[in-house]
Amino acid sequence: MTNGHTTEVTTTVLGADEIILNMGPQHPSTHGVLRVKLKLDGERVVDSECIIGYLHRGVEKIAEHRSYQQFAPYVDRMDYVAAVSNGLGYCEAVEKLLGTEAPPRAKVVRTILTELQRIASHLLWLGTHALDIGALTPVFYCFREREEILKIFEKYCGARLTTHAFRIGGLQYETYDGFEEDVKRFCHDFEHRVDEYETLLTENRIWVGRTKGVGVISAEDCIALGVTGPVLRASGLKWDLRKAMPYAAYDQYEFEIPTRATGDTYDRYIVRMEEMRQSRRICLQAVENIPSGSILGKVGKVLKPPPGEVYHSIEAPKGELGYYIVSDGTTQPYRVRVRPPSFINLQAFRKMAQGALVADVVAIIGTIDIVLGEVDR
Amino acid sequence: MGHLIPSSIAPYVLPVVYAVVIVAVLPLLAGYIVLLERKVMADMQARLGPMRVGPHGLLQPIADALKLLIKEDIIPANADKLMFWLAPLVSVTMALLAYAALPIGPSFQIADLNVGLLFILGISSLGIYGIVLGGWASNSHYSLLGALRSAAQLVSYETAAGLGLVSALLLAGSLSMKEIVQAQYDQGTWFIFSVPVGFFIYMVGSIAETNRAPFDLPEAESELVAGYMTEYSGFRWSLYFLAEYANMIIVAGIATTLFLGGWLRPFARWHDHFPGTSLEFFDVIPSLVFLAAAAYCFYLAPKQPVQIQKAVMAAFGGACLLLAGAMAAALLASPEVMAGVHGAFWFMAKVVAYLYAFLWFRFTFPRYRFDQLMRLGWRFLIPLALVNVISIGIAIVLKQSLGWIPFWAMLVMNIVTLGVAAWLATEGDKPEAALQTADTES
Amino acid sequence: MILNQVLFYFFALLAVGSAILMVTRRNIIHGAVFLISTLLATAGIFLQLQAEFLFVVQIILYVGGIMVLFVFVIMLVNLDVALRQIQFNRQKYLAAVLALVLAAQVGFALWVARAGLNLSNPSDKMPARNTEAIGDAIFQRYMLPFEIASVLLLVAMIGAVVMAKRRV
Repeated sequence: MTNGHTTEVTTTVLGADEIILNMGPQHPSTHGVLRVKLKLDGERVVDSECIIGYLHRGVEKIAEHRSYQQFAPYVDRMDYVAAVSNGLGYCEAVEKLLGTEAPPRAKVVRTILTELQRIASHLLWLGTHALDIGALTPVFYCFREREEILKIFEKYCGARLTTHAFRIGGLQYETYDGFEEDVKRFCHDFEHRVDEYETLLTENRIWVGRTKGVGVISAEDCIALGVTGPVLRASGLKWDLRKAMPYAAYDQYEFEIPTRATGDTYDRYIVRMEEMRQSRRICLQAVENIPSGSILGKVGKVLKPPPGEVYHSIEAPKGELGYYIVSDGTTQPYRVRVRPPSFINLQAFRKMAQGALVADVVAIIGTIDIVLGEVDR
Repeated sequence: MGHLIPSSIAPYVLPVVYAVVIVAVLPLLAGYIVLLERKVMADMQARLGPMRVGPHGLLQPIADALKLLIKEDIIPANADKLMFWLAPLVSVTMALLAYAALPIGPSFQIADLNVGLLFILGISSLGIYGIVLGGWASNSHYSLLGALRSAAQLVSYETAAGLGLVSALLLAGSLSMKEIVQAQYDQGTWFIFSVPVGFFIYMVGSIAETNRAPFDLPEAESELVAGYMTEYSGFRWSLYFLAEYANMIIVAGIATTLFLGGWLRPFARWHDHFPGTSLEFFDVIPSLVFLAAAAYCFYLAPKQPVQIQKAVMAAFGGACLLLAGAMAAALLASPEVMAGVHGAFWFMAKVVAYLYAFLWFRFTFPRYRFDQLMRLGWRFLIPLALVNVISIGIAIVLKQSLGWIPFWAMLVMNIVTLGVAAWLATEGDKPEAALQTADTES
Repeated sequence: MILNQVLFYFFALLAVGSAILMVTRRNIIHGAVFLISTLLATAGIFLQLQAEFLFVVQIILYVGGIMVLFVFVIMLVNLDVALRQIQFNRQKYLAAVLALVLAAQVGFALWVARAGLNLSNPSDKMPARNTEAIGDAIFQRYMLPFEIASVLLLVAMIGAVVMAKRRV
């Protein structure tokens, strides 16, 4: 029943009652290859350490030896759960470096696809988080919805997971016939589905008992650690890059930024559920009038941005995803540094896990919503 | 026929036959309950479940059993050999031994003990040793802790479940399982309607006793602490598995006998309350159920993709037809035979309904954390069970000494108990956060 | 009749054999398991004597409660030390002599009283419904000692919880 379970106990006894428990790197609940060392006093976590790097592939180093267009598929592999957002951030950063912008039609289609991807990412988060806490059913419902979104992606660009949907300067593919109908139909169905998940979890005593008061982090600590995304918004600060520093076509649409006050696991759950609803709202508004026009701006075949540097960040589903690109005038960037939200957000784990029970550690890892591809790059 | 059996062993023949039937049928039954669980799980998760092994997965339990039997028997190097061998054995033995006092029909009982209920409770509580010794034999510190934790959970909820049963016993007046069902017949109502709170307490307690969700933290896959079953594989694991499902059937059997009227047909005494009318058509329901099942099997049989699956489906349809025929034939036989056969049907139907609730809860609710679980048992269920026993006692006093009509006495006292339950439930919510911080400070 | 005797000797052999194994095992958990089987065998003998309430209570309380406690404690305390100790010490000869003397005394007593020892039918001495009889006795005639015993147990429970609570 506990197959694939390789917890080792190093019985290094520090002091009378403290033991070190090692979780992972292979573990059903660490959402990837994450190793967590917990210092326990009986049932309580006294201190913790996250050991990462098991999925490090040297993406940033590879970038120095690829041209700008060649590097675009690599960014999909970082946050592989939400590949489209990665692509959006990178393409917009390079466009900033080049001093151009994507045409309006491309911006709107980019917005639609990115918001669909946000819903898909949150759905996967919800399914796996609920599964960790013991609810065996929501994961199937979430994947059913996610399947619809991935079908739209497949029809659009041929891939479901690592989509490489955008190009520097706009889009490569025109939207397929029936794209608007598919998106509208999905948004229409999704409205009821989100409520369905809520009925299973939001008011359930057991769910509330497992998530309320677990993994609390205050807004000040979030800011001090650099934590962004739903984690920050659930702690009380209303900060979303789509409203604060709008990019793509977000300034044209109306949507809310959900926030909560306490910053525990339950609040993060509510924030992400509400974000899914707001993303649906954006999609519906955007798909109503997609402007006509070209989909690719005037960028040459060979990209040689002028020497300089740029930092551009977007609101990825997991937080602020930033790209810092330094160009030295050649076709290959001098340095690409990615600011991955999961990597920075994982710092909050230590704070959240302090004083928590061992059984809550799994819930805390899930609630930060990390993807190891992004943490390790 | 009776002359052939010497009188010295005549009283023992029938119980031995029943025992053999139970031991032979139970593993098969447990296997099919697992299949039922998988199909229900799939249905609740918007998918199909096992479909390939046999039509609609009907031969899946047999395939699983075969696989487990031929698997390599691995014993950890440093394990205590005697305990490793003994632990699953103890679990299964106790689970099967409890069937000795469980009546499946008015005449299908191996031993009608005066203290039958206590016997079943006692023997199923001995299943703890299977868990504890299994955790010990795993030779891993965390496996042992997981096993001890599971045992502690079992013991706590056993107390609550037992107290829940006491409230029904007050109405029944005896510990003998036969007399409890007889009391429900005499009083004209199943005890679930007289003591619904007792039934609820027993249901929650029995879910925790059998380590089912939402109380399955010791067995959970994504938790840090390894469960007691970790080191077992193949046949030994299947023994644990069989013990778990046999335990589930036992607690369902106890609940059915105590609260759901045992082998009584619904509205068994309709003609006493409403003379002139008769609900005898209820007696036709067993045959109708099996006929409907047979019809469904025959309807599905031609649709199966493979020839052999068509044959298997048709065979299942034929078996359902035979059972329908048996039920109908029992109607025409002597009253004892009819009571026995139909009684067995109604008993199994109620057991399956109770188990369906178990399955339903497993796939709907998340898991309780262990401290929350213990808090629920000790701070909610046990006080509620105590209050329930007292209030049912008061209701009986009202009924007998003060001459209240039983219906009103029960209703009033149940409402009082529900009020106490509501208070206990809210009282448990507020201080929990404060308690957690208090624990860290003190 | 014959079945009665066979069952009795079976349970008796089980009880005596388990008891011997219990005191000779090196591994304490094995000893505890054999104690459990001894207790279960004596429960079987109770059932044969038509004392069914005692039978279930022996199982529920003794085997299902007290022995579980024993086993918990044994498992949580590190007993590797005991496994490596020498089992027999220099007093074993004196102990053997004393055991033989005791056995001779008991055997002599049994021999003298052998006329009165038979496997009689106990059913005329036992009340037909044990549980009710014991319930009557506890709640009517011996109510006060019962309540005092309950309070004593409650005090012991509270004391154990207080002592086990974590101190800073």
